[in-house]
Amino acid sequence: MAEEEKDFIFSDICVEENLVYRKPVTLTDTELHYCPGCGHGVAHKILMEVVDEMGIQNEVIGVAPVGCSVFAYHYMNVDMQEAAHGRACAVATGIKRVQPDKFVFTYQGDGDLAAIGTAETIHAANRGENFLIVFINNGVYGMTSGQMAPTTLPGMVTTTSPFGRDVKVQGHPLKIADLVASLPGAAYVTRQSVHKPVNVRKAKKTFQKAFEYQKRGLGTCLVEIVSNCPSNWKMTPLESNKFVEDKMIPFYPLGDLKVPEGK
Amino acid sequence: MTQEAIFSGFGGQGVLTMGMLLGYAGIIEDKEVTWMPSYGPEMRGGTANCITIISDTSISSPIISTFDTLMALNQPSVDKFEEKVKKGGNIIYDSTNIINVPTRKDINIYAVPGSETAVRLKNSKVLNMIMLGSFLKVNPIVKLESIWKALEQVLPERYHHLIPLNQEAFNTGMELIAK
Amino acid sequence: MSKKLMKGNEALAEAMIRAGCDAYFGYPITPQSEVIEYLSREATNRTGMVVLQAESEVAAINMIYGSAASGRRVMTTSSSPGISLMQEGLSYIAAAELPCLVANINRGGPGLGTIQPSQGDYFQATKGGGHGDYHLIVLAPSSVQEMVDYTKLGFELAEKYRCPTMLLADGAIGQMMEKVELFEQMPRKTEFPDWATTGKPKNGDRRIITSLFIQPEKMEQINLGLQRKYREIEKNEVRFQTINTEDAEYIFTGFGLGARICTKAMESGRAKGYKIGVVRPQTLYPFPVEIYNQLSKKVKGILDVEMNAGQMVEDVRLAVRGNTRVEFYGRMGGIIATPDEILEYFEKMFL
Repeated sequence: MAEEEKDFIFSDICVEENLVYRKPVTLTDTELHYCPGCGHGVAHKILMEVVDEMGIQNEVIGVAPVGCSVFAYHYMNVDMQEAAHGRACAVATGIKRVQPDKFVFTYQGDGDLAAIGTAETIHAANRGENFLIVFINNGVYGMTSGQMAPTTLPGMVTTTSPFGRDVKVQGHPLKIADLVASLPGAAYVTRQSVHKPVNVRKAKKTFQKAFEYQKRGLGTCLVEIVSNCPSNWKMTPLESNKFVEDKMIPFYPLGDLKVPEGK
Repeated sequence: MTQEAIFSGFGGQGVLTMGMLLGYAGIIEDKEVTWMPSYGPEMRGGTANCITIISDTSISSPIISTFDTLMALNQPSVDKFEEKVKKGGNIIYDSTNIINVPTRKDINIYAVPGSETAVRLKNSKVLNMIMLGSFLKVNPIVKLESIWKALEQVLPERYHHLIPLNQEAFNTGMELIAK
Repeated sequence: MSKKLMKGNEALAEAMIRAGCDAYFGYPITPQSEVIEYLSREATNRTGMVVLQAESEVAAINMIYGSAASGRRVMTTSSSPGISLMQEGLSYIAAAELPCLVANINRGGPGLGTIQPSQGDYFQATKGGGHGDYHLIVLAPSSVQEMVDYTKLGFELAEKYRCPTMLLADGAIGQMMEKVELFEQMPRKTEFPDWATTGKPKNGDRRIITSLFIQPEKMEQINLGLQRKYREIEKNEVRFQTINTEDAEYIFTGFGLGARICTKAMESGRAKGYKIGVVRPQTLYPFPVEIYNQLSKKVKGILDVEMNAGQMVEDVRLAVRGNTRVEFYGRMGGIIATPDEILEYFEKMFL
């Protein structure tokens, strides 16, 4: 590129009034390790955008899980703790109880939250622990390469349900958000997705609401993101988004399951 | 001076409290004290005991093999611990409850009709105070006023109106030895 | 300072409050439930300390992780089966170098076992307990007074070395009452270490608390760092007590309550003319290797007494390096050996 051309781009095009998108400062420059088409990247981004927009980067403590998002702390430019598998809600309880003025969130997948961490999740919500649980549900164990998750749909093929999940043998998918919504301690429970721009925008708004409710001390907020896993579903990203639309969402319908009273 | 005692009986007879009261009285006089209870489900209905050691010098072990005094409120306590009393030591037992009495000749044996006396005082719950009175008469290891102070510490305030009754029981127990 | 008659578990809880502890997370289990009961009554009103009954020991230790990583002074307590459940969390805490204090009021095992006192968790406490190469600093109180003193000391050591620290006491010490002298109330911390996750500093890097280092080269460096710390602890923090070892021909040794029973047996033995001394490790990790090695060169034998099948005796034998004879006497399943039993065994084996 000629020097003149460069000058033109930086001095005339890259100016504030032309700005249409900026990466949130709360995301680091580290390259994401997620597979192409995976919903994690989008979920990370909108969560951090909300932190940015609310101006709370210095007041947030996040908890990363064990699963695909185990390295969430490489990307999220806030203070973070890495929890043992399934224990994020217990760790977050420990953080929030001694730092009640800070914003605390956990970021967990379906294996971490809905299998090994069910007790911690349910009891944290039942105590009304005042933090945000971000729950990425893609119906499969990603990091360990495609085993059945508690949220795997009936009939869905995984490496440990090679003939399709048989609910008589392998049990039923666990609708953890519905369970949490039934608890008095839960203030706000909603199910969203990030497979289309309109859904991404909606999902982002729910994160903002959740942090606002946390600031008001309303209790546990859980945002479930019905997501995809092209690699382990053995699909292209587009096919996986269609699977989200056609199969996952009918089983895990989107929308608010519980909103704070008077809201 | 050191007194190594075991208080033993059924759960609910107040044997743990006897040792504890003595312990509190010991602390009031700045003596060394250890109080080691048997604990767990056996406290509810089975046999319960506590080893209480009061001493002017430091106490090495709260667990001991033999005792200066056995306070026995039921038959199993005599059966189990009679042999563990040191030569020249004491057994004080509730003669209302215990049929097969201790027989050793090398120790001092005091038969105290504790339960019968408690009935006479119209409160079966003061059995332990009667027997503790007898214990202190045999082993004057702490002052009487320390026991009274300990009572105030151990009893929750809402029961302080029962202190005179407990004192009466205690004094009666002391007199039962004098006879 | 006034002296009080207190139960071991309650003295521990009182010392926790007075040491300015910020948070306690625990789950009831006999024989140590008095700790959480006492704290629930006393702590929050007095110092604002957080006291929370968790849904399990698994959750409790991970709450400890979260609050320790927030730079707070934190503690949990449990008994053997509950401590087993905490091992995963302790391994993560050791790896992430988080200071915290854990008391194990040891009961008889294995399995659900018995609620009666035992020292059967020595191996678990001193050799790591969870997965990976790590240690806890392990203090062994032998009296109600030491339950108090070691709670304060335990916090100090944990924070000095960023190393989880354990009080290993048996159920009897938790349940018995003795005279104690309490230290004055200490203030709770208002400033927190730089590494603590208290929100990213405005002009500094974010803090990350993790035990995940996927590159083996990095993980080895982390391990080497931990090992350097353990060598430092072994150099600086060995604590033990000796009684009548100057002229001793034989040594009785044990830890916690076992050591006190040994002392009584030693006194009875001395009355019969046997020249016996007592060695009591106060730190089980780091283990007082040197004192055993020194004494092994001049005594005729060592009798190790524990409330287990023989655990610390392995460390004693390693320290003695074959210089003298080491025998073991133990009772298990919640039975406590009496002083007479010990002396009798000594006479049988050594005389």
